[in-house]
Amino acid sequence: MTPLTPERIEERLRERFRGVEFRRQSGEAVRDHTLHLPAGNLVEACTFLRDDPELDFAMLSWISGVDWLPREPRFEVVYGLLSLSRAVRLTLKVPVGEENPRVPTVTGVWPTADWLERETWDFYGIEFTGHPNLVRILLPEGWVGWPLRKDSPLGYEEVAFTHNTPDREKPSPGLRKLGPKKVRYRAQ
Amino acid sequence: MTERREPGVTDPLRILGAPPPPAGEEGALREELERALFFTKADSLIGWAVNQSRANSIWPLGFGLACCAIEMMSTLGPGFDLSRMGAEVMRPSPRQADLMIVAGRVSLKMAPVLRQLYDQMPDPKWVLSMGACASCGGIFNNYAILQGVDKIVPVDVYVPGCPPRPESLIYGIIKLQEKILASGVELGPLWRRSPKKKGAA
Amino acid sequence: MTLNMGPQHPATHGVLRVAVELDGETIVKAQPIVGYLHTGMEKQAEYKTYTQSIPQTDRMDYLAPMSNNLAFCLAVEKLLGIGPPPRALHARVLLTELTRLASHLVWIGTHAMDIGAMSMFFYTFREREQILGMYDQVCGARMTATYFRVGGLAMDLPADFLERVSRFLDTMPAHFAEYEKLLTGNPIWLARTRGVALLSKRDAIALGVTGPVLRAAGVKWDLRKSMPYAGYDQYDFEVPVGEHGDSFDRYLVRLEEMRQAVRICRQAIVKLREIGPGDYRLRDYKYVLPPKEEVKTSMEALIHHFKIVAHGFFPPVGEAYQAIEAPKGELGFYFVSDGTPKPWRMKVRSPSFTNLQALDTLVRGGLVADVITAIGTLDIVLGEVDR
Repeated sequence: MTPLTPERIEERLRERFRGVEFRRQSGEAVRDHTLHLPAGNLVEACTFLRDDPELDFAMLSWISGVDWLPREPRFEVVYGLLSLSRAVRLTLKVPVGEENPRVPTVTGVWPTADWLERETWDFYGIEFTGHPNLVRILLPEGWVGWPLRKDSPLGYEEVAFTHNTPDREKPSPGLRKLGPKKVRYRAQ
Repeated sequence: MTERREPGVTDPLRILGAPPPPAGEEGALREELERALFFTKADSLIGWAVNQSRANSIWPLGFGLACCAIEMMSTLGPGFDLSRMGAEVMRPSPRQADLMIVAGRVSLKMAPVLRQLYDQMPDPKWVLSMGACASCGGIFNNYAILQGVDKIVPVDVYVPGCPPRPESLIYGIIKLQEKILASGVELGPLWRRSPKKKGAA
Repeated sequence: MTLNMGPQHPATHGVLRVAVELDGETIVKAQPIVGYLHTGMEKQAEYKTYTQSIPQTDRMDYLAPMSNNLAFCLAVEKLLGIGPPPRALHARVLLTELTRLASHLVWIGTHAMDIGAMSMFFYTFREREQILGMYDQVCGARMTATYFRVGGLAMDLPADFLERVSRFLDTMPAHFAEYEKLLTGNPIWLARTRGVALLSKRDAIALGVTGPVLRAAGVKWDLRKSMPYAGYDQYDFEVPVGEHGDSFDRYLVRLEEMRQAVRICRQAIVKLREIGPGDYRLRDYKYVLPPKEEVKTSMEALIHHFKIVAHGFFPPVGEAYQAIEAPKGELGFYFVSDGTPKPWRMKVRSPSFTNLQALDTLVRGGLVADVITAIGTLDIVLGEVDR
């Protein structure tokens, strides 16, 4: 089979979805073939990409969220698709706004998206409408906040030294000076 | 660092990590009961015998969490045999174990589970914190990892390393054995004071 | 009845919790609950430079540490548009295949131990100690190696390393024969693994399963052959594919992969001997540390060293995803760079996380003991599942 080029993929998508804007991401170091598309067309486009015999993107490899905090729209959901028969990868990106972060789920297209979307929900708070079980997966249930957002802190614990612990003038009383120690081993 | 032991305390129960008794009448009653327990010092014959048996047959609880667990498995494996030290069997159930080797990073989701397992272990019990992550959070100082397992359980021996070599873990177990051999022994109540004596029901 | 196989259980795969719904002894649903080892590696990577995040990757799939290092370094190198020199390239292949061997050895040992054959654990850990000794010789640490860097290796291979690996590889065929003798014809092993935890081809692809689990289901997909990386196209090896998609096939596939790993290692040793001593890191000082001799004599090299160590290197603005065929499956790293030395986003495509979703499909309709077999054959590592 002739290798599947990025141009051919875009050609097929554009001829199938006329009027939908598929913008290819360009940049100095954008190393993978990346297409932006609006959230409304996501499920249809994914179904087409999976079922079309020439493209045959049968496997969804990964889903990631990206938080571009000062930029609008704030979030992006990135889907990494893999075509086993053609040995080709494709990256799809869906922009998501900050006020109402919602994207339709692709669990109907690829069942593997179940946990992948849960993970993105867990980290970013992006809701996947239609997901069968959208609950936290990696963080404890009842955790408040979306840790991977850029405005969430790292949660770093300050290491306690004498200079940054206010009521600690000298070392703690339990700390003894290390002198020569008379060691008696069990074998003796 | 967090102060886990009050200085100047010699009471073995306190040193072994038991929480201080509640104040008030119930506390006074409990203190009475505890003083009725038969304590021996480590160098008396019974104490020595009990300590020897406790130290030479430590049964660890298989609590491997992350990478340190693999080094713990290597320590139990043929290269560095931990059963030479008496840790022949690694008990899966906390009810039958007396040493909890916390091997690996403790996430905040796992911390209540760890505390529950510690509570389920019968006395006497010890905790060995293996590796940097269990001792102080290790290389992960962030929202997800408990910065040191001594925030939730009292630790007897810390074994640093990332992961500690099996020889380090064996040295840690030897140090724990020395600690056990040096500790006071509590054998259980020989009689119970009648509660009516203090006027409490 | 709902049975909780709690986060602490003796099947030493880590802290996995499975909520199993039973109807008598038959499983109706098995839902894995993960997150008990969540470490926040992806968040932490945004606060560290690229090189500072390499130690974190060791702790993800801690049974195959150099594999993770390789995936990380390849993804960053893809972003930067650079590659390692030939000596480093083949040394990486050699060490990654030794890692694959180590990972599968632990897998066979613990899987057999879970099913009940305790002696396999001791046999395979004996071999694994040899490999860990080699890791120790090459980088100083038994397990968490952090040996690969962007652009090559952290330090050069020791002088007698190839000899040591060669001697080790000569002993391996006898050990494989030992494992086969213990397990393959064993009626108990066959009864516990044949026909247990079936996964069909269609389900495997739909669930995104990769690695030996996918190959045992009948799909001939191995990234080393289909989308080669890191010089694997210069090597001659075969990819074993199973037929039925049950646990026994996965065992056979992984055993054969171990043999092929030994084959690749032998070829790598030959290539390294041909290339002889040379550069172990790329001489592109914009991104890679210069060698110490030059740092002490040349001013430019000193300044580059200072910049890279103090700030980190400045990659171009862009993104890249690179996946490798790790022992567990497709391990990929996705980097988004904003031009600063710290990545804007690091996403880890972890094979065990995706493979674990298939647990429900594997054990439905089976018996409770099959859950242990299924968890074992999926070969999951919780460090990688939870990151």
